[in-house]
Amino acid sequence: MAAPLLEIEDLHTQFFTSRGVVRAVDGVSLHVDAGETLGVVGESGCGKTITALSILRLVPDPGRITSGRIMFRGQDVTKMDDTEIRAFRGNDVAMIFQDPMTSLNPVTKIGPQIEEAMTAHDRFTREQARTRVIELLTRVRVPSAEKRVHDYPHQFSGGMRQRAMIAMGLSNEPSLLIADEPTTALDVTVQAQIIQLMKQLNRELGTAMMLITHNMALVASLCQRVVVMYAGRVVEEGPVERIFKSPQHPYTWSLLRSVPRVDEARKDRLVSIKGLPPDLLNPPPGCKFHPRCPFVVDRCKVEEPPLAEVDVNQLARCWVLMRTVTDSAVIAAKASALSVDAVQKLKAPGADHGGDAGVV
Amino acid sequence: MQAAERPAPLAVKADPVLLRVKGVYKYFSVSGFGGSFVRAVDGVDLEIRRGEALGLVGESGCGKSTLARLITALLPVTAGEITFDGQDITKLRGTKLRRVRRKMQMIFQDPFASLDPRMTVGDIIQEPLDNFHVGSGKQKHERVQELLRLVGLNPNFTNRYPHEFSGGQRQRIGIARALAVNPSFIVCDEAVSALDVSIAAQIINLLQDLQREFNLTYLFIAHDLAVVRHLSDRIAVMYLGKVVETAGRNDIYDHNQHPYTKALLSSIPVPDPDVELRRAPILLEGEIPSPVNPPSGCRFHPRCPIARAPGICSEQEPLLEPHGQPDQMAACHFAGQA
Repeated sequence: MAAPLLEIEDLHTQFFTSRGVVRAVDGVSLHVDAGETLGVVGESGCGKTITALSILRLVPDPGRITSGRIMFRGQDVTKMDDTEIRAFRGNDVAMIFQDPMTSLNPVTKIGPQIEEAMTAHDRFTREQARTRVIELLTRVRVPSAEKRVHDYPHQFSGGMRQRAMIAMGLSNEPSLLIADEPTTALDVTVQAQIIQLMKQLNRELGTAMMLITHNMALVASLCQRVVVMYAGRVVEEGPVERIFKSPQHPYTWSLLRSVPRVDEARKDRLVSIKGLPPDLLNPPPGCKFHPRCPFVVDRCKVEEPPLAEVDVNQLARCWVLMRTVTDSAVIAAKASALSVDAVQKLKAPGADHGGDAGVV
Repeated sequence: MQAAERPAPLAVKADPVLLRVKGVYKYFSVSGFGGSFVRAVDGVDLEIRRGEALGLVGESGCGKSTLARLITALLPVTAGEITFDGQDITKLRGTKLRRVRRKMQMIFQDPFASLDPRMTVGDIIQEPLDNFHVGSGKQKHERVQELLRLVGLNPNFTNRYPHEFSGGQRQRIGIARALAVNPSFIVCDEAVSALDVSIAAQIINLLQDLQREFNLTYLFIAHDLAVVRHLSDRIAVMYLGKVVETAGRNDIYDHNQHPYTKALLSSIPVPDPDVELRRAPILLEGEIPSPVNPPSGCRFHPRCPIARAPGICSEQEPLLEPHGQPDQMAACHFAGQA
């Protein structure tokens, strides 16, 4: 098999705050093959965005990549000097962000803004860049692009702004496009348009894509492979069909069952993961998920499991694995958490304290 | 089912409808546009039955949040009637309005903005009890603690401030505050959309448990149709200030009559790669028009895949009428033909 386009090995990115060291990315290894779409999923604070920013070496202060390698086409990004990293950003890897309004410059017209992204890299002359902007905007289906290049970002709607961002991301023909929650800020019907566009662009241009999201449905729709992150670590990785059909890590399993599906009638309570994600200043010992895991065993509390192969191309970081969990344990994990005692007290006669002085 | 458990006051009517919205309009004037108006809610009829959960969905700017504010009497209507428990609340003032307000509470979207950062959690939850002069000091304190336990928080947290809590915990505090005065009707405006998935699931389950235990009637407003389908008994779809379709939560998916409902539902990705391979979203052209100057006839016609325009769709506004399944209504000249 050919070497992957991007390979991250044991990446550690830490934030040195006054309260201590936050291990935002704590030994992440993953790869992206040429032309593929990889989904990176997890909740806020799991380190998915910091992993992406590390690839571009754009980690904000007081954060720093402390160890690990990020190999892109055989070159280590973490060792590039300033000139090399500037050539790398945009040319090789580009990134689009969640909120297109805050990532576009409000006082520069759309056209010149995208041109700037191209001329900054000396790949296109100013004239070439000017004609390319219109081509690019047409490609991302901005209607009457030749007129819209003269508009300011505020004259674009949310969906159109995201299209302009995608056009800018693609302007230097990168081989990897990182998209961080590209549709979260958009309305449902507009979201569908952008998903469709990203699918088409991936097919037409062969640009590999790393999609960072909390939305499992989006991953099912767009990605071939998925990496699940929790508390700065990869907890599961594999082809989309396998991860969705037979997730082995309890966190992946819970995540998939904690969102209702629009295409199914309500059958069951949602699986809710008890508690909160860990404080990364002070992570729990053993498996980072064990305080919230419904299937925890003693070993999880002291010893962290390795990311091990559990099936063909599927890796999971768990001592238990979902295939060994019994049905009764699954049922127990879905039970009501409502305090029966508190319900009784509040329902007791007179609990209202005011009597029925309300509306007839 | 629930009426039997409640001690029946003398004047209880057999009306199964708790809240009835009839021909309600809300226009906001726009300065600098030559006396024009944003038609946020433009002629809405809706019923919410006792004990049910009604989901209200639609995209940004469709008027769903404005409608919620009208229903809870936080905004005056421009025209129309809103009847809650037999009383037209648009005409109530003073003490009578306060009595009705006690029966309807709201849970807001942003748990960071909806709690006063300078009040302790205890004071936040107790405030509605103080407002309505419910109970003595000791009783109030006890009730606050029970409410905290009910929503899954430590009852000894009363002296803490909102900033000490996570988003999900704050949303629980907001729920405890809403439940403090024993309301019968709760409006949840995007109550889970700001939360992480695993936390949203906790809150969704909590809301369902509370509805069962306290016979609550809910109005769920959300743009996430999957969450709404999970939580609601019936669903109403809004587009540009109007209700375009109402139906049972399964009928709206399986037998939808309005082309907008169909497009909206087909747009939503499903967490299942096999389904995703087959799913063919109906992509709507363009974006929602301005509510200052809505399109003529059917408001959806410029984006509608089956519209006859110019023709009946661009000339005549369709009425919300029974179509499809029992208890289903749609406002479309070609209902069920998309």
